[in-house]
Amino acid sequence: MKRLLDIFLNGLIVENPLFIIMIGLCSAMAVTTTVANGIGMGLALTFVLVMSEVIIALFRKLIPASIRMPIFLVVIASFTTIMDLTMKAYFPALSKSMGVFIPLVVVNCIVMGRVEAYASKQPVLDALFDGLGMGIGYTWVLIALSFVRELLGNGTLLGMQVMPSSFSPMIFFILPPGGFLVFSFWMALSNQLRKKILARRKLGAAGDGCRTVPTSSVAEKA
Amino acid sequence: MTDLIKIFVAAFLINNIILMRFIALCSYIGMTSDIGQSVGMGLAVTFVTVMASAVTWPIYYYILKPNGLDFLEILVFIVVIAALVQLVEFYLKKSVPTLYHAMGIYLPLITTNCAILAVTFDQITYNYNFVQSIVFALAVSLGYLLAMLLLAGVRRRLSNSPIPSFMMDTPILFLTTSVIAVAFMGFAGLIK
Repeated sequence: MKRLLDIFLNGLIVENPLFIIMIGLCSAMAVTTTVANGIGMGLALTFVLVMSEVIIALFRKLIPASIRMPIFLVVIASFTTIMDLTMKAYFPALSKSMGVFIPLVVVNCIVMGRVEAYASKQPVLDALFDGLGMGIGYTWVLIALSFVRELLGNGTLLGMQVMPSSFSPMIFFILPPGGFLVFSFWMALSNQLRKKILARRKLGAAGDGCRTVPTSSVAEKA
Repeated sequence: MTDLIKIFVAAFLINNIILMRFIALCSYIGMTSDIGQSVGMGLAVTFVTVMASAVTWPIYYYILKPNGLDFLEILVFIVVIAALVQLVEFYLKKSVPTLYHAMGIYLPLITTNCAILAVTFDQITYNYNFVQSIVFALAVSLGYLLAMLLLAGVRRRLSNSPIPSFMMDTPILFLTTSVIAVAFMGFAGLIK
């Protein structure tokens, strides 16, 4: 149980997919103009990631290595289609505001990267917790990003007015450059936190930047 | 003709795929540590994006749409692109070895490059005809190349600059990108 918990917690900060492995960046910045979008995208990706990892882990011994990529893609694309159609049916407004980024979950490097680097080699339960950890790790970053951007760029949170009426919204934060700016500061903060965690684990000597992460080669893909 | 120029400028500068639309950021950060590498990747993406659009457009309008299968577009497009990349790789290896050595190593990596898939979806969303689609694909991928080249140039300077330890490594790259993106916002008024 302890081991599974470790796998789960790993995705939150120490191997956070966005800040450390640096995969799946595209959607993280594009959809985070409002908190509702951030939550929606985070949960959508978590669903696809967990389901794909479990399915691939189940079939990992049956999939021939030479054609594994197309097989992974078909599995991921199927779950993305399920998620896309579900969102269109039940949350049409949310689905519309996220636009092309919903179908782009297919090529979201987090899903492909974790399936290739993790689920294709590990037992089902491990893959399930890895998927959950990575998915939640992605979701919290999205919420953190969209929190700052919606608050400063629009003066609202989840659509409700939060800032006093004398506050004039800084449109900059809603626009693309603001996304990069907020992301860079959250990343710097998370990296500081990660250094502390690693130092406490007495791994301080090995912990600099993303080079200690075994899956960093996946980040270069895509 | 004017609408083609409009599409080109809009996709190349105003809606730059990386700086304004945040697509293909992974390779933008991952492949720009060296100028040569970033150009190689940019050219490979240009090549495959244009090829992929030329294939997916007819598939959508002549096979999927008439048969009411458009809900399968995600699945079909990604499989077509993956197969296409593989074919292009085989072809280059056999017949144009020099080109293969120049950009061959990047080809497998771009199967999962979101830029290509995003372009093929956009063409459907915007109802472009075939010629417009090709021009759009070319403009978007050249915009990708431009952004890669810009960051690769800045990164070379960054490696010799004093950076606060708080922002070391990647955070500074995103900060730089933010500044480049501000500059690109100046293009917004270029087309009405």
